Order: sequence, then structure tokens, then C-alpha cells
Amino acid sequence: MATIRRTASVLSVAALSTAALAGCGSGEAEEVDTGDISGTITYWASNQGASITEDEEVLTETIDRFTEETGVDVELEVIPWSDLQNRILTAVSSGNGPDVLNIGNTWATSMQATGAFMPWEGDALETIGGEDRFLQSSWATGGAEGETPTSVPLYALSYSMYYNTEIFEEAGIEEPPETWDEFVEVAQELTQDTDGDGSIDQHGFTMAGSSYTNNAHQAFIRGLQHGDTLYTEDGEPQFAADGIVAGVKEWVDLMAEDEVVAPGDAELTNGSESVQQVASGDAAMVFDQAPGNVFNNRDFENYEAAPIPMLDADAEGIEATQSHVAGINISVFENSDNKDAAVAFVDHMTSNEEQSYLNQEFTALPVVNEVYDEEEAFQTEEIQLKQDILENHARPMPLQTSEAQMETTVGTAIRDLLADAAQGTEISEDDVRSALEDAQTQMD
Amino acid sequence: MIETRGFKILRAFGLVFLSAVVLVPLFVVVITSLKPLEDVQGIFTWIPSEITFQPYLDIWKTVPLADYFLNSLIVVCIATAFSVVIAVLAAYALSRFPFKGARTFSLMVLSTQMFPGILFLLPLFLIFTQLQRTVGIQLNGSHLGLIITYMTFSLPFAIWMLAGFFASIPKDLEEAALIDGTTRMGALWRVVLPVARPGIVAVSVYCFITAWGEVLFASVMTNADTRTLAVGLRAYASQTDVFWNQLMAASVVVSLPVLIGFMIVQRHLVTGLSTGAVK
Amino acid sequence: MAAPQGVRAPREERRRRRREKKAQAAVANQVVQTAGGGWRTRIFPYALIAPASVMELLIHIIPMILGVCIAFLGLTQLTIGNWTEAPFVGMENFIEGLDPAGAIGSQFYAALLRTVAYTLISLALAWALGMFGAVLLTSKVRGRGFLRTLFLTPYALPQYVGAIAWAFMFNQSDGAVNRFLVDDLGILDDRPFWLLGDNAFWVLVIVTVWQFWPFAFLMLLAALQNIPTDVYEAAAMDGASTWKQFTTITLPMIRQANLVMLLILGLWIFNQFNIPYVLFGSGSPDEAMLVSPLIYEQSFNYWNFGLGGAMSTLLLVLLLVVSAVYIRLVMPKGKQLND
Repeated sequence: MATIRRTASVLSVAALSTAALAGCGSGEAEEVDTGDISGTITYWASNQGASITEDEEVLTETIDRFTEETGVDVELEVIPWSDLQNRILTAVSSGNGPDVLNIGNTWATSMQATGAFMPWEGDALETIGGEDRFLQSSWATGGAEGETPTSVPLYALSYSMYYNTEIFEEAGIEEPPETWDEFVEVAQELTQDTDGDGSIDQHGFTMAGSSYTNNAHQAFIRGLQHGDTLYTEDGEPQFAADGIVAGVKEWVDLMAEDEVVAPGDAELTNGSESVQQVASGDAAMVFDQAPGNVFNNRDFENYEAAPIPMLDADAEGIEATQSHVAGINISVFENSDNKDAAVAFVDHMTSNEEQSYLNQEFTALPVVNEVYDEEEAFQTEEIQLKQDILENHARPMPLQTSEAQMETTVGTAIRDLLADAAQGTEISEDDVRSALEDAQTQMD
Repeated sequence: MIETRGFKILRAFGLVFLSAVVLVPLFVVVITSLKPLEDVQGIFTWIPSEITFQPYLDIWKTVPLADYFLNSLIVVCIATAFSVVIAVLAAYALSRFPFKGARTFSLMVLSTQMFPGILFLLPLFLIFTQLQRTVGIQLNGSHLGLIITYMTFSLPFAIWMLAGFFASIPKDLEEAALIDGTTRMGALWRVVLPVARPGIVAVSVYCFITAWGEVLFASVMTNADTRTLAVGLRAYASQTDVFWNQLMAASVVVSLPVLIGFMIVQRHLVTGLSTGAVK
Repeated sequence: MAAPQGVRAPREERRRRRREKKAQAAVANQVVQTAGGGWRTRIFPYALIAPASVMELLIHIIPMILGVCIAFLGLTQLTIGNWTEAPFVGMENFIEGLDPAGAIGSQFYAALLRTVAYTLISLALAWALGMFGAVLLTSKVRGRGFLRTLFLTPYALPQYVGAIAWAFMFNQSDGAVNRFLVDDLGILDDRPFWLLGDNAFWVLVIVTVWQFWPFAFLMLLAALQNIPTDVYEAAAMDGASTWKQFTTITLPMIRQANLVMLLILGLWIFNQFNIPYVLFGSGSPDEAMLVSPLIYEQSFNYWNFGLGGAMSTLLLVLLLVVSAVYIRLVMPKGKQLND
């Protein structure tokens, strides 16, 4: 039955579309022929730049080049992050979606489980040049371990620490902190009342405390630095493992005990709001993935990037984690009735030229190796640092189907802890542990 | 009420208080929409450093506000029109004919008014999906789906209010017309409706306002081409880089059509309500 | 519907009206009959309610039944793509979602109680403000038309605009509220949080009251204007104070309008989704989590539709009980609407 459905959808027999999606994992390889393509495809892009319209402009250039080359028209829709998950849900449940779409790479495994996305193998994989072209760490985010990925990397990102160089200079700090202890120390030093009116107006660090994704990432990263993962090897959640508790406590303590974060940060829902504080001089340091656009929009240039501090400067293995492998992946919808053109479009988006163009526009990192060597724009110190982080200090978020749910429950638990801390409540290790245990019981 | 001196003093204070309650948030919105970007990045200030209309110009470029506007107008106007027509028919039946099943019908209409939209969202969405698969009519992501949804949502209140309104219109008027040989529909059209104008206005305004501000269904059932203002504005607010002055300017722009419309008809609204709903 | 029962007119008046109505009804029946009692006349009212019935069935009744069915299915991200074939899981969703001792169930009941409290408090405040405004503006005052329009603006404003504005004002570090309380007045030393913790609940109440009191005002104003002034004159002659006039004349005379308004408004507030959604984003703080956003969270953030369905079903049952009460009020038993 599955085979029949699959064939039907490939042949795009409209009458048969009442039969549901091919709801199965990997079967035999897709037969894709990108030699002779035509028609129209729909592409849902995620919002990468400062605004939807800006993204549309950037992507339209890329699409025009594709249309010129192949004669295939692309209908573009840039979807804000707040709507993207719901829109994908719409598409998955109705079987009526775009041909190509972007997803946050941390959702890849959850999305794969819906069976609504085309696995990348055989001809399709060959068309985009095989997996060896891609950054290995980014490629690994494409789906669950041991299964054929249903998404391929499009933009790579990683966390690093951005700091306001003016503030550092004024305080006479020459090097960014390397270890967590140094980091806290520097942050405390930089938390000051600069105009002497009795209230602190410059904080050492800033975070988006109400952003559950940011919080979940930090739980993951800080947990790994303490040697623990969010899931056991068998895929069972263990959110309250000792390492995770210790890591989350460190993160919450930045606000609670070290007091290097403005209490108001507990309300920020969006990472860019904390980046703005670095640009305006209200805070000295921030952990972010791609603050370039926000800085540029404010003509702010006095910043530099450094690795996220580790517990021990010589840490190795998982304890040397500084970031999750962040980024955006691109998928082809299983129900697409023009898969040939869709695959060709993904090939176009991941080609060296477009990778170079797109990632410069969106201040992200290319996902294909060659581009770094070819293109001068990617040989800056900041890019090289981020590339190094991705290669040597980054791990994919847990490749579990419940990953999306984990981000919400863990991230929300930490948000609530930060909110308590901001209001002056002391947060003990037991508080952190019980909050994380509660988060775990929310999972199925 | 007979006005004593004490009442008059209370009234003066009361009216000032209520005006302040209403005006302060409106003031904050308007004043913020007139500020340059520097003014909205730090702590709130009551007076802008300079007044600029730039946010009102920029917002059309940051967000395809004009498209959203058009979508909202299409969806909301059509939904309101249909909703009122359907409600008039049903309300007329309820207020004039003692037919079998009238009670069941009114029970159905009244009780659906109770339930929160969240109860219908997913099932309705799945039904639309199924219709799309089997019949091929696209409802999710099209204007049509949203129109159908919105018009049904304001139906219960509209029917209920209009039925009350019609009941208060003396029947002799139509009866005279009927005796003169007019049909029932003709009597409704030429005799009842003109008298019921305030009630119809009140109902239309209600439908319009409800649909214009709806976020939940619009966020799931629209796409880039059909996105309404409500969703568009929320999308802007959740964008990576939010400029509050532009957001507030957009809020003003979005609110103006409803506010102006509301001001024009509000006189009818009180009359309509006082005969229709509250008696 | 509720038409003629509302105003308590003196007994004589009521008798006279009743007589008139009977006479009217007699004439009406005659007309219907003289128009020919054929099948056309008989199906006419059904033709009139047909469009409304179809829409109600399609958009309300069928989805509601389907919603109950979903509660018995294991509908998740894995099965949503082919939802008609989602596995039947029996009472599992109900056990998980509605067990008061479980993590999710306890959250649901807490949200339910909180929503009831939120509804009652907001309703009381909205009613008080609306009543106050209506009483003040019933008689002719200078600028009455203008003030009436002004008072109605929060209701006319799109809900999300109002909520965005308030979210902006309640910002902890640089919002207008803290600017006013801390910097301008100096009442408070520390900037309190409004959108986090216990205060979030009260912010929800404030925003709701701000948006809905004009509706109470509008309905009550309409009702008050129907009270003949001579009743007050008589009372004033007897030396009744303003407050006494209010409690002995005004309130009893608008009783019906009051009840209806409170019920409608109460339901709107109870079902509120837009305000918390815009104020807090897709996840409300625990202290301000209401039922509708919770169901949304379970269904659309966690893609656990069966669980959301189970919660919806319980809510449905509760609301049916409320609606029975409501219908008794607006449609007295045994009477037709056109009675």
C-alpha cells in the first residue's frame, strides 16, 4: 500500500490525492530526474533577516537566478517564526503544502517522524552533490541517527559570545574571558553604576530570559559542559541529571546570585532584544548566534566575537561544548507534485555561489566546505571562529522526536526560574532540580 | 435620575476618571508612533524629543501592510454582509412564525455562542482539510475559509439581537402590506428592514469588530497571500528586530477604519441595542 | 427574544400590554391563514432559517462533535498527516489530561479555577465601571456624545492592538507604567515586574477590564435610557436620595438587561484567548495560564491534539451546564421566541 501511495504522489495523480500522505519512514530511493524540469514550485522560507520584506528581496535575487537557469518559477513565501510551526502543521495534516520549505534544524527529527518529508538518498542526494560536500556537523542534524535524513543544511549558525569592545576598553580588560569563572568575574566587574546616580545602568551580561528556545539551548550546552546529556543513550529524557541541574543553576545564577544580568532581561522574549542592549551599551556581553543584522541596523561596529566560556579552558570531549549545531535546514515535501524541480531548487540553494551570497546577506555560515576557502568574506576572524566552534565545539541538539517538546518544557521551566530570580527569590539547587523534574513529567 | 449637587460633583470627577482610564493607553500608542527610533529604545518618555511621521511611512515597507489591509477588508466585509443577511432571515422567522423546531433552532444558536474558539479550531481545520481533499475546494489558506468561519462566529449574537429587535416592531405595518398583496419577503424587505435599520447597524458593527480583531483562526488559516492585519501585525511584533514606534504606527493605522466606522454609527448602536438586546 | 419581559412597568401598564399583544397575535394568525395555509407558507420559516442552520451545523455543531471524537484518538505529530486513521486510544487522553494528581491534569484544573476567578473579577470590575459610566451619562450633560464615543473606543479597537499597547506599557525596565510609578511619582523604589509572576494575572484582569467595560457601558446605557424619567421624579418627590433611587428604581428596572449582559460578557471573558496570547506570547506564565491558552499550548505547541481534545471535551460539558442556565434566563421555559 505504501508503495502505491508513494508512486501515486510521485506521478502526481491528482485524483488519488485523497489518499493520505506516505506516512512511512524510508523506503526505496526516490527516482528523481532533474535533467528536464519545468512548472512552478512553492517555497516557504523562514525569516532570517531583519524583516520579512528584506528577506523577500534577498531571496528573490536567488530565485531569479534559479528561474533563469531552469525555467522553473518559484512562488516564495517568507513565514515569520511565530507562524512557521503552525504552518508546517497545516501542511502536514492537509497534505497540501509547499514543495520546498525551511525548518529550524532542531526540529528536523520531530518533523521526520511525521513522514511528510522526502528522505534524501539515491538520485536526490546525488543531485545535491552527496553528503561529503556539507559541513559534517550540520549534516548530522538532518534527522534521527541511523535514519535517512529528511532535511539538508541550508544555513549554519553557532553560539558565540559577543562583547562591546568600548566597555571592555574602558574597564581595561584586554582579553575576553575563557573560563566560566573568569566570565562571571569579568561580568561582575562590568556591572556598574557608570553615572553615579545610585542605580546600576550597565550590566556585565544580557540574556533573553523569556525565550524558551534560548534557555533550552543553554540547558543543553551547560549540561554537556558538566558532562550530562538531556536524554539517556536509550532516548529516555533525564532533564534533572546532576550535570544538567548544575549547568542550569549556573545560567540562572547569572541573574540570581551573581547579579550580572538586569532583572528586566527576564521579560525579553527575543534574542535580538538582548543584542540591542549590547549595541546601546547597557550590557557588555551576550551569547548569540547571528547578531550581525541587529548591529548593522544600528550602525554599531564596536563589537567582537569570542568562544562561549567553558568550565575549564582545556576541556575536551563533550565538556568542551560551546554551542549546539544551530542552523536552518531545507526539506522537500513528500506530497510535492514537482519533486524534480524541488530537488533542483534545493541543489541551487546549497550551491557554492548561492551559499556564499545567502550567508553573507543573512550573516550566517555556509554549510558547504568549499565556500570557506573560495570566498574572502568567509575568512574573517569572526567567521573562522564560528567555523571552528561548529567543527570542534558543537553538538546537535538531541536527535529525538520529542525534541521540540523538550525545548518548550525545559525552556519554559528555566524561564520561570529566571522570572523568580528577577523578582528577588533565591534559587537553590533543589529548586532547579524540581523545576526540571516537573518539566520531564510534562513529556509523554 | 434626579440630579442633586453631590451627584453633579461625583459626575464631574467620575467622567474625568473614566476619560483618563481610556485615554492614557491611547495616548501612549499615538505618542510612541510619532517618536524617532532613538526615543523608543530606552525608558518610556511622555514627550518625544521630536515629532516625526517617519514610522507611518516606514511601516508600509517593513511589512506588506497594504496587502494585509486589503485581505482584512475583503474577508471582514464579505463575512459581515453575509452574516447580517443570514441573521436577518433567521431572526425574522423566529420573531414572526410559530413554526415547529423554532425552539430547537434557537437552542442551537444560543448554545454555540458559549464555546471558546479554541474548541473549534482544530476540528474545523481538519474538516476543511478533508473537504479540500475530497471536493477540491481550497478552504485553508483561502479567503473563503476565513469568511465562512467569521460569518458563522457572529451569527448567534446577530440572530439573537435581531430577533429581539424584530419582535419589538409592531406587526400591523407588515400586515397592512400583506393585505395589499405584498409577499412575505417583500414585506420584510420594504416594511421591516427600514424600521430595523438601527438594529442592523448595531449587528453589522458587532460582526465587523469581532472579525477585524480575530487572531486565533486567522493565524492558522491564512497564508502569505491571504494574511490579515491581525496576523500580519503579530508577525511583525515577533520579528527578529522590532521597532516599537513602527509597531505603534501600524496599530494606529489598523485601528482607524474600525474607529471611524464606529464613530459614524455609534448613535444607532445605542438605539439598536436598547430595542434589540437589552429589553 | 427577551423582548417584553424586561422592564417592570406598573401593573396596570403590564395588563394593558398583555391585552394588546393577545389582540395582535390574533390578527397575525388570521393574516397567516388568509395568506393561504398551503405548503409554501408552512415551509417558509424553514427556508428562512436554512442558511443559518447549515452554517451552524458546518462550522459549529459538526466540529464540536468531531472535537469530542478526537479526544479518544492518539492524534499527535506522527498521526496528524493521516488523521482519519489515527489510533483509537480510549480514555487514555482523559486519564492523562484530566487526572488531578497528574502533571498535566493538575495544571488543567488550576487553569480552570484561575479562569473562573479571572472571569468573576474582570466581570465585576467591568460591570462596575460600565454602570458608573452609564449612570453618569444617562442624563444630558455637556459633551455627552463625545464622551460616549470616547468611552467606547477601547471596545472598538481591535483586541490585539489594545493588548500590544498594554504589553508595551507594562514592560518592566522601560514601560510607561513603571516610568510613572517609579520615576515620576516615586511611590515604588524597585521596578516591579508586571508580565511575570503573580502580577501577570492582574495585568490580564486590567487589560480585559479596559477592553470590555465599554461593552457593559453600552448595554447598560441603552437599558437606562429606557427607564421613564417620571419614575425618578415621583421618587424624588418622596425624598429618596440619589443612592436610594439607584438601588430601588434603576437596578430593579434593568435587571433583565443586566443579567443578559453579564452572561454574554462573562462568556466572552471566560473564553478569552486573544488577550493572553498577545500579552504573553505562545506560553503564558504559570500564574496567568487560562484554559483556552492551555488547550492551545497542548494542541499546537506540543502537537498533542488528543490531549487538547480531552480538555476541550470537559470544558464543553461544563459550558453546556452554564448554557442551560443562560438559556433559561434569556428564553423562559415553554415560551416561543415570538411569544
